[in-house]
Amino acid sequence: MKRLSRYRRHRFAGPVLLVFALFMIGTTFSVASANTRLAASVMSRTAAIDEGRQIFLKGCSSCHGLNAEGGKIAPSLIGVGAAAVDFQVGTGRMPMADMSVQAARKKPAYNPDQVAALAAYVASLAPGPAIPDQQVLYYERDGSTAQGGELFRTNCAMCHNFAGQGGALSRGKYAPTLMKATPTQIYEAMITGPQSMPKFGDKIITPSEKLDIIKWIKAAQNEPSLGGASMGRVGPVTEGLLGWILGLGLLVGIAVWLATKAR
Amino acid sequence: MSDKAPRLSDPGLPEHVHRKADSDPAAAKKAERQVAILFTLSALGTILFIYSYIWVHTDRFIFIPIMGDQNASQLGMGIGLTFSLLFIGMGAIHWAKTLMPDNEVVAERHEFRSEEADRQDFVATVKEQGAASGLGRRSLIKRSLGLSLGLIGLSPLLLLRDLGPLPKKSLEQTSWKTGTRLVIDPSGRPIKPSDLEVGAVAQVLPELAPGQERTLENVGKDAVLLIRLRPEEFELSPERLSWTYQGIIAFSKICTHMGCAVALYEQQTKHLLCPCHQSTFDVPRAAKVIFGPAARPLPQLAITVDSEGYLVAQKPFTEAVGPSFWERSS
Amino acid sequence: MSSGEKVAGSVANYVDERTGAAKWLKKNLTKVFPDHWSFMLGEIALYSFIILLLTGTFLTFWFDPSQREVIYHGSYLPLNGIHMSAAYDSTLHISFDVRGGLLMRQIHHWAALLFMSSIVAHMLRVFFTGAFRKPREFNWIIGIGLLTLGIVEGFLGYSLPDDLLSGTGIRIAEAIIQAIPIVGSYLSFFAFGGPFPGTSFIPRIFTVHVLLLPGIFLALITVHLMLVWYQKHTQYPGPGRTEKNVIGYPLMPVYMAKAGGFFFVVFGITAFLGAVASINPIWLYGPYTPGQISAGSQPDWYMGWLDGLVRMAPPIETHAFHHTISWNILIPGVIVPGIFFTFLALYPFIESWMSNDKREHHLLDRPRNAPNRTALGAFGITFMLVTLANGGNDLIATHFSLSINQITWMSRIGILVLPPLAFFVTKRLCLSLQRADRELVLHGKETGRLVLLPHGEFVEVHEPLTDAEAWTLTQHEQLPALELPEVDAHGVRRPGGLRNRFRTKVSRSNAEAIAKPKPDDLKEIEHH
Repeated sequence: MKRLSRYRRHRFAGPVLLVFALFMIGTTFSVASANTRLAASVMSRTAAIDEGRQIFLKGCSSCHGLNAEGGKIAPSLIGVGAAAVDFQVGTGRMPMADMSVQAARKKPAYNPDQVAALAAYVASLAPGPAIPDQQVLYYERDGSTAQGGELFRTNCAMCHNFAGQGGALSRGKYAPTLMKATPTQIYEAMITGPQSMPKFGDKIITPSEKLDIIKWIKAAQNEPSLGGASMGRVGPVTEGLLGWILGLGLLVGIAVWLATKAR
Repeated sequence: MSDKAPRLSDPGLPEHVHRKADSDPAAAKKAERQVAILFTLSALGTILFIYSYIWVHTDRFIFIPIMGDQNASQLGMGIGLTFSLLFIGMGAIHWAKTLMPDNEVVAERHEFRSEEADRQDFVATVKEQGAASGLGRRSLIKRSLGLSLGLIGLSPLLLLRDLGPLPKKSLEQTSWKTGTRLVIDPSGRPIKPSDLEVGAVAQVLPELAPGQERTLENVGKDAVLLIRLRPEEFELSPERLSWTYQGIIAFSKICTHMGCAVALYEQQTKHLLCPCHQSTFDVPRAAKVIFGPAARPLPQLAITVDSEGYLVAQKPFTEAVGPSFWERSS
Repeated sequence: MSSGEKVAGSVANYVDERTGAAKWLKKNLTKVFPDHWSFMLGEIALYSFIILLLTGTFLTFWFDPSQREVIYHGSYLPLNGIHMSAAYDSTLHISFDVRGGLLMRQIHHWAALLFMSSIVAHMLRVFFTGAFRKPREFNWIIGIGLLTLGIVEGFLGYSLPDDLLSGTGIRIAEAIIQAIPIVGSYLSFFAFGGPFPGTSFIPRIFTVHVLLLPGIFLALITVHLMLVWYQKHTQYPGPGRTEKNVIGYPLMPVYMAKAGGFFFVVFGITAFLGAVASINPIWLYGPYTPGQISAGSQPDWYMGWLDGLVRMAPPIETHAFHHTISWNILIPGVIVPGIFFTFLALYPFIESWMSNDKREHHLLDRPRNAPNRTALGAFGITFMLVTLANGGNDLIATHFSLSINQITWMSRIGILVLPPLAFFVTKRLCLSLQRADRELVLHGKETGRLVLLPHGEFVEVHEPLTDAEAWTLTQHEQLPALELPEVDAHGVRRPGGLRNRFRTKVSRSNAEAIAKPKPDDLKEIEHH
């Protein structure tokens, strides 16, 4: 202890202590929040709906209306189902940060329990697509990557690009990259049709076909860079840039060396 | 025409500056060693290539920062080949630069124009020999030769005729007929209106008759996109409205501009976007073009349901699908 | 005499007795080649072509140019069991089941991109330095021919694997063919052997890609090089360099070693790109079917400008008398590129018409000393850059959070405004640089050293240029503008008044320059 106290007046003592204190607070908080998660799992359904309603009134009602009936700038949430809430709030798209053309994926504003509570509340308003059960999502076992690829190229690639990297839509909107999407989110997006995306009901793309697509997307996320750096997987544009800049650049550099007189 | 203004005087080629290696044997030795190192690197590259080809399994991956997981065999062969080629070249260039003579040489240029006498001789020869052939005098030969040479080009052109059939009416026809069921691409299931929610789309093709096979030529003309809106959202003429069914509207998926698949449906704005050239079509207004180079709306397919409740075509397309062509009447 | 020399001697004797090659070789082995990095750009193109021949031959050993439908069962599992054409299947086979196959495919494609970019860079060098002037107009036209054929050859090669991206490209090509008035749909049916896509197109373009066009290339490149050889290379101006001489290194050994070495360097760099950077990953695109499409479908860069033009085209079609003319395809796809390439090919003649300069030129221009030409070049480059940027408008939109619609509108306006602006700015810039050269010759270089004069004034010491530097800045000619009086010496009106007035006007703009210093000006300075 004596040895430590020698550093008491060191010029780094303040910052080090501060970092230590923050670390302790963070640890305590995470232990505490783990406790609440435990509590939430035993919370009754009505309690979850109640909590969800509270969160809704605080964070969502200013745009979506006090009873989720929608407003001038936001759609009604009656009948959108738990899946839509889980997707929009779980990926951080809702609540929106600003009124841009499209809600972007970002760090979620609510923790998983709060998302679940919100979903339970919205689902209680009117029936809608439910969050897919983990039992449904045995895509590894039930899906086929090749079939999924075929379905993806027919139904998804036109917006999300051949490798799921996303692409442009009109007027500044875009189809996001799928490289961070989880199987649940992919499933939810297909059944709820978030933002610009159309809906793909179970009769159009059957649940088993949806698993094929999910399996293919997961394979695309882990696709190794066969043949060298993949350069974003957006096609010939980056290839052309690299050809001009690196290829011709290196060659011109060597040509300059070639044509300089040796000393 | 030339610039007659007086100029400064040309000081002439600057004096040759000798390289270190020309006068200092140690520098020359060093340059020699550098060249040898470059050539050795090339040899090592070839060995790396051989090693990677034979002994590195094609299933092996290694992680390289920035580049991600790389196939070890492919990368080893590539880098080996790079070394073996690049360093042979660098060695040769370095050798030329440092050890081969670097005295600049002056060569004279000569005007390309021939001597006047040669030119006159040439003209005389041509005239004389031309006259000897009698081409100028014998007009019958001249004309018949002209005729034969003029016609001879036709044979190779005609030979190309069998490259393909004549288009006839085929650009205006698709496989859609009255009562053809709409089936989902690629699974081939027929669709009921209730399968599509509002805001849903489906990529569809005409149902195949038993024993019939689908060719890419068919897909290239038959592909259709099915979209469901709320019926009150349509802004269609009564006729076009009768071509929809309970808010479901069907358009040819082949762009009227250059034939790409127009399948980017934006559910909120109800716009269809072509990813090739960004032509944008407004679905509620019968796919009217609202942006981009396309000049015509997407052809609409009239649909209804059959006795079993499946979606079918009311009738074939009433206009040619896909990009424009000369014989297209509207 | 060593035994090696003896063998070589007898071989040389054998050949010479039958061909008389010794006399020709004696003269040409000491042929002089000037050395400059920018003279290597054309060599990059030549060597890329050789690399393309070598790697391309390798690829044909496995490639199956057929649109027969097969089911894939190769080692790339995400496509297992998918229906595809034999062309796509065999390309997958080359990529994953032939060792080094993917590397060769990638080297082939990278070499193709380098072939095109080095041709363009070489052409720009020739343009900006005026190397196309008499007597090299033929070679300029051959070069434009090679550039045009290179675009076609590249597009065909890109189309061969029959993947989703290249199939989309073929579909667009088909729409362009179909849009040609009167004969369009016939030509399309002949090209595709029936309706699109058919099963004939890939086998046909394969023959064109590997036989017909490479043959034409070989012939044109041979003539191109023979003319360079015969006419001797141009050289940059400098002390001792005149229109009557050429200064450089002899073919043997220096130039042989450098050029030969550079071939290996070019091959090495393409191998490097093939090793570290993935190009045309066709296994990700999937097989072609007309019903599918990927976001961000783009061609290779040398077609990208055409795609950019098409994307910004106005939506105009003419429907009359039961016929259709698609201006939205013809203007960007046929008319504008046609005008562009025709102007490019004719430029040597246009320039000599403007300046009325019919003499041979072997000394290159410094771009600033030909302001009009340099500005025209800037016009062309700006035009191409705007079209290229619009060809990637969807990627620009997603990567910089912009709207495609805005980018397209900016390109539509930009294509009309920016090239003339670039012309104007570049011309002014060239004239400013000429002025700076003049100052430099008359007053010397600024040294940054200040001297306090006895009466208290500070002046900066200027160091006079060396004779060699002054010569390099002033050796160029400044041709007067053409004056075509409307009436001749007898007071009679000359025919073609309007044409002459136009030519005089163009010539005046072409001859605009800042007068370069004359010997008298320098003397005057010395007296001060």
